[in-house]
Amino acid sequence: MIRASADSFTGDAMPRASAAGKLRVENLGVAFQREGATLPVLDDVNLSVRDGEFVCLLGPSGCGKSTLLNAMAGFLQPTSGQVLVDGEVVRGPDPRRIFVFQERGVFPWLTVAGNIGFGLGKLSREERAKRVQHYVQMVGLQGFEKSYPHELSGGMKQRVEVARALAVNPDVLFLDEPFGALDSITRMVMRSELLRIWEAERKTILFVTHDIDEAVQLADRVVVISARPGRIQQIVDVDLQHPRDISSPRYLKLRDGILSQIGLAHRI
Amino acid sequence: MTPASRIHPVERWLWPILATAVFLLLWHYAVLWSGTRIFPSPREVELGLSQLTHRGVLYRDIVDSLRRVAIGYLAAVGAGIPLGLLLGWYPAAEQTVNPAIQLLRPISPIAWIPVAILFFGVGDDAAIFLVFLGAFFPIVITCVDAVSNVPLIYRRAGSNFGLTAPQVLARVVFPAALPQILVGLRIALGIGWLVVVAGEMIAVNSGLGYLIIDSRNSGKRYDLVVGAMLLIGIIGLALDAVFRRLESIKPVRWGFRHES
Ligand SMILES: Nc1ncnc2c1ncn2[C@@H]1O[C@H](COP(=O)(O)OP(=O)(O)OP(=O)(O)O)[C@@H](O)[C@H]1O
Ligand SMILES: [Mg+2]
Repeated sequence: MIRASADSFTGDAMPRASAAGKLRVENLGVAFQREGATLPVLDDVNLSVRDGEFVCLLGPSGCGKSTLLNAMAGFLQPTSGQVLVDGEVVRGPDPRRIFVFQERGVFPWLTVAGNIGFGLGKLSREERAKRVQHYVQMVGLQGFEKSYPHELSGGMKQRVEVARALAVNPDVLFLDEPFGALDSITRMVMRSELLRIWEAERKTILFVTHDIDEAVQLADRVVVISARPGRIQQIVDVDLQHPRDISSPRYLKLRDGILSQIGLAHRI
Repeated sequence: MTPASRIHPVERWLWPILATAVFLLLWHYAVLWSGTRIFPSPREVELGLSQLTHRGVLYRDIVDSLRRVAIGYLAAVGAGIPLGLLLGWYPAAEQTVNPAIQLLRPISPIAWIPVAILFFGVGDDAAIFLVFLGAFFPIVITCVDAVSNVPLIYRRAGSNFGLTAPQVLARVVFPAALPQILVGLRIALGIGWLVVVAGEMIAVNSGLGYLIIDSRNSGKRYDLVVGAMLLIGIIGLALDAVFRRLESIKPVRWGFRHES
């Protein structure tokens, strides 16, 4: 798969009229009121994401990544600016854009099948069963359809959540450190599964992480956010094709570039 | 593997039975050695109860007590859960009625007996009303609490999948709160069983509570008093055991993980 990179760019200035923008963040600012004081968390964030693009948001803890993602998903009204999806201002959550929490978002009172079919209430019984089965297979949970989440491992729960999101066929997926709670081996497996699913389903994905390697392995573009108040510090194009060789000079160069951008040297 | 699962199944029954036997023996010899003429021995209690059983009185008393608890309790469940869910869902409403609830809650249902008799006269309805009062407040309060403990993530996930507010309440908030609600329901049933006995001592002319007070007043039949007390304990235990079973059904088991 060849991903065009001609219309992507590096730097924090955004052209206003990016016609192909699936999702656009315009002059977004978020401030929280805390104990009478105003705490600016995000300041003048501008971003345009193409349809089918995989974008990672990267930044230090507390810089406002989750806040940005929540604003994009419609869970949080921005203090200033706006988010547009397909040219429409986002005013609340919508099944066309699904937010995947860490595995904590799986409903413990439903079986695996019940969770995956949760958003399919409008379909007929047979159609729902078919859809559920399809996504059970896609995330490799055959045989666990009738299991309850507390009988599953963390990685399996994460798969349930991804499958539940995919089952409603959304255009956009928001993932907030989805693999953060998993061990490193499971995390690697989940990354390649997510890539496989993304290539099969062509969703637009916004993926929050504070793991630089994860970002460079997954994303078409990595959006680096600075510490509070969060601003877009840099947008890095990852011009590598999947599957990515994580020992290639280009990979290492991109990773090191982001590392120094964040202000970390080569050694700890 | 929890420590409980390592106990041999035979031991699970053996030790409690042994402990009960020891208790009965101690009771028996305590009555014998103290030479009391009033307090009955286990054997006398058994005889007294079997007399009542033969006359069919005991059965009727048990059924009357259970019926009053069932009606009062189910009414409290039916009114308390929806109210508790709504109050938990709309914090503004909760703040409005909270002072009233907090004021009424510490008043023992026993203190309501005169009012209950004034409202309903001496009879079933008064006792049922007392059970209702005893069960209602704990149910409402645990529901409010359970709803406010539902993680924001679940509600967000629910609304993300396009659910309307009532759908989120029914399909997300209620099942998420259910384990905690069940705990409240179990406590409320225990209170209902406590209250019905007290209520029957004053407000009605049948039931296990009435049996206790009547046995004492008409001829100091302490064998029957103690027999009724034991029965109350056994039935209370059985009701609680039924409830505990509910906690192990799959859609709520996750909320009781430490016990499974
Ligand atoms: N509801 C809120 N009310 C007040 N302050 C908030 C709220 N939500 C977030 N904040 C503050 O906003 C800042 C950014 O939070 P956010 O969760 O977006 O950070 P993050 O980049 O996702 O961090 P992490 O990597 O640790 O998840 C933090 O300082 C946090 O304290
Ligand atoms: Mg976060």
